[in-house]
Amino acid sequence: MLEIKNLHVQLEEEDKKILKGVNLSLDPGKVHAIMGPNGSGKSTLSYVLSGKKGYEVTSGSAHLEGNDLLVMDPEERAAAGLFLAFQYPVEIPGVGNMTFLRSAVNSQRKLRGEPEMTAGDFLKAVRDKAKHLKIDSDMLKRPVNVGFSGGEKKRNEILQMAMLEPKMCILDETDSGLDVDAMKLVAEGVNALRDKKRTFLVITHYQRLLDHIKPDIVHIMAAGRIIKSGGPELALEVENNGYAKLLEESS
Amino acid sequence: MASSLRGDTADRLRLNENLLATSGQWFKNARLAAAERVESQGLPQRRDEYWGYTQPDAFLQKKIDFDVDLNSPLELFSKELSEVINYKNGILQEKKLPAIPGCSVESLSDAATLDNHWAGTVFGKLEAVGQIPVQRSLAALNTATASQGLLILVTGKVKKPIRINAVCEGTSDTIIHHIIKVERGANVTLIETGQYGARANVVLEVEVEGDGTFNHIRMQNGHEHNALTHIFGRIGTNSTFKSFTLTSGGRLTRNECILDLVGDSSRVSVAGACIGDEKFHHDDTVFVTHNAANCESRQVFKKVLRDGSVGVFQGKILVKAGAQKTDGYQISQSLLLDDNSQFLAKPELEIYADDVVCSHGSTSGAIDEEALFYLRSRGVPKAKAIDLLTLSFIAEAIQEVESPELADALLAHVTAVLEVR
Ligand SMILES: Nc1ncnc2c1ncn2[C@@H]1O[C@H](COP(=O)(O)OP(=O)(O)OP(=O)(O)O)[C@@H](O)[C@H]1O
Ligand SMILES: [Mg+2]
Repeated sequence: MLEIKNLHVQLEEEDKKILKGVNLSLDPGKVHAIMGPNGSGKSTLSYVLSGKKGYEVTSGSAHLEGNDLLVMDPEERAAAGLFLAFQYPVEIPGVGNMTFLRSAVNSQRKLRGEPEMTAGDFLKAVRDKAKHLKIDSDMLKRPVNVGFSGGEKKRNEILQMAMLEPKMCILDETDSGLDVDAMKLVAEGVNALRDKKRTFLVITHYQRLLDHIKPDIVHIMAAGRIIKSGGPELALEVENNGYAKLLEESS
Repeated sequence: MASSLRGDTADRLRLNENLLATSGQWFKNARLAAAERVESQGLPQRRDEYWGYTQPDAFLQKKIDFDVDLNSPLELFSKELSEVINYKNGILQEKKLPAIPGCSVESLSDAATLDNHWAGTVFGKLEAVGQIPVQRSLAALNTATASQGLLILVTGKVKKPIRINAVCEGTSDTIIHHIIKVERGANVTLIETGQYGARANVVLEVEVEGDGTFNHIRMQNGHEHNALTHIFGRIGTNSTFKSFTLTSGGRLTRNECILDLVGDSSRVSVAGACIGDEKFHHDDTVFVTHNAANCESRQVFKKVLRDGSVGVFQGKILVKAGAQKTDGYQISQSLLLDDNSQFLAKPELEIYADDVVCSHGSTSGAIDEEALFYLRSRGVPKAKAIDLLTLSFIAEAIQEVESPELADALLAHVTAVLEVR
């Protein structure tokens, strides 16, 4: 699904190297988790994959189902099936959540050459998915993320993911700021989307999310590299012992 | 400002002499007084303080050289929602004006022949007050020469908005003067759509007596016109005055709004948004005078500029001695979609009372990259994402509009404008 090879990234504005040779191979139907100390480059990886400005790829590659992601515009990457649930979702005053969602869904369909979703079908789908995430109609009507609590913003990200039905979902600390119940809702939302063709990359600091979203593979990122990969037990090790030992081993 | 009158103005004033012959006393008095103001003040010059950013020439030159055909392709407010009164090339088209419960509507040309009229206490009177401290001779010229306009006396709560819909074609050069008097406890919404003339000089004088409400929505969406408008408002005790203008077309527009808060505990809002390209030049010049205590005034302006267009904002809050507990707010912002466009802002506060809160701010900015990336990462193409963020920018000004239905209609209009441009 997603092949990242020897990815080197630095900031465009200053000479600061952030990713120093990331290699990842994600197969369809799998859930991968990335853990790692603050500032190790996890969010940067997700931004570079989804096409944010300000980063320069100095070497390496990233392909989604064989298509070179790095040459595409962000909207083309989205239409190709990539989705990023933001660590910090952006507020957009004056633009209704529904208007935004509908425009996103139909823009992607258009880019893929598919027919647009009718207003009726769209409404039905949103209502249904929102209900499962306990997002009420008031939140749907409000401007995008404006006045949403931290947890509501994260649930709204999952709603967008559910509506857009991407193939490759990257979740950047979607669990941060969530209370226990909200975390369950989000995990259920993710689990409902799990299937043989869809791949997840879950960035998190805590085992507790992984209790609900069981990963197939766990990667540890440090200083811009994946320093270790393993099964779910790797997350438990981090939970119990922190990163010190892992960092030592790798250096 | 004293300059000799140019040929065009002298012609207009001479024309006025003919008009005077058929005018009733109240109207004659108002016109003569206004003509005197024009003669003593002269016409605006480029060097005048409040004409520093917008050159007055286009409103003064004798010849106008546009050829416009204006039937706005975008219908904003459905006919059922309002009482519509039509103008074409600056001339009232209705043989019979609608009977609207809660108010009376007359045409200026009919009322002009009477010797006495209620409008005599308003017509040219608020405009005259508004000449101090800043001269607005082109408004006085309007009073001296206008023969078209509506006189609306609001005596009760008018349910449906009254909408003046203007279309024009060819090279019409029009002068319009409307009077609205909202009597004690009365309530009305006035909507203006379309455009009165290829070049138009429009004056609106609005008197709001105590406990009254005046809401005003104006749409300026002509293609190639020069529009100069003035609103003069006098607001009594415990009243509300709100005016919102959306400009989405035209070449040169200057909207002046001069409000005088003369009664305690009132609220006024003057707001607007504009979207323009290339030769578009849009000027909002606002002067709010707090002459009474415990009043709130807001000025909220948003300008979206692209491809070399120019936005101007000159806004003043004057708080007179004794106008304690004044709450004055002013914000003007531009969204510059490229490096060629410019926003020129001159915010001013002048305060002679000690117990007041006044704030003002002015910003110029580009599209927010974080938000743009967020939208694009969801599959929204760049151009569409910029439109959504433009809408988001303008929406904040539209929030000043009292009625949710009208605010929605304005948002829908902005969406449509962004889609076709
Ligand atoms: N636009 C930027 N400008 C300056 N520094 C940046 C920028 N983007 C990332 N960095 C730096 O790159 C490093 C990696 O940041 P990144 O956000 O990817 O870390 P992270 O692993 O997601 O951390 P966290 O766990 O705290 O979310 C940090 O040192 C950060 O300060
Ligand atoms: Mg991060």
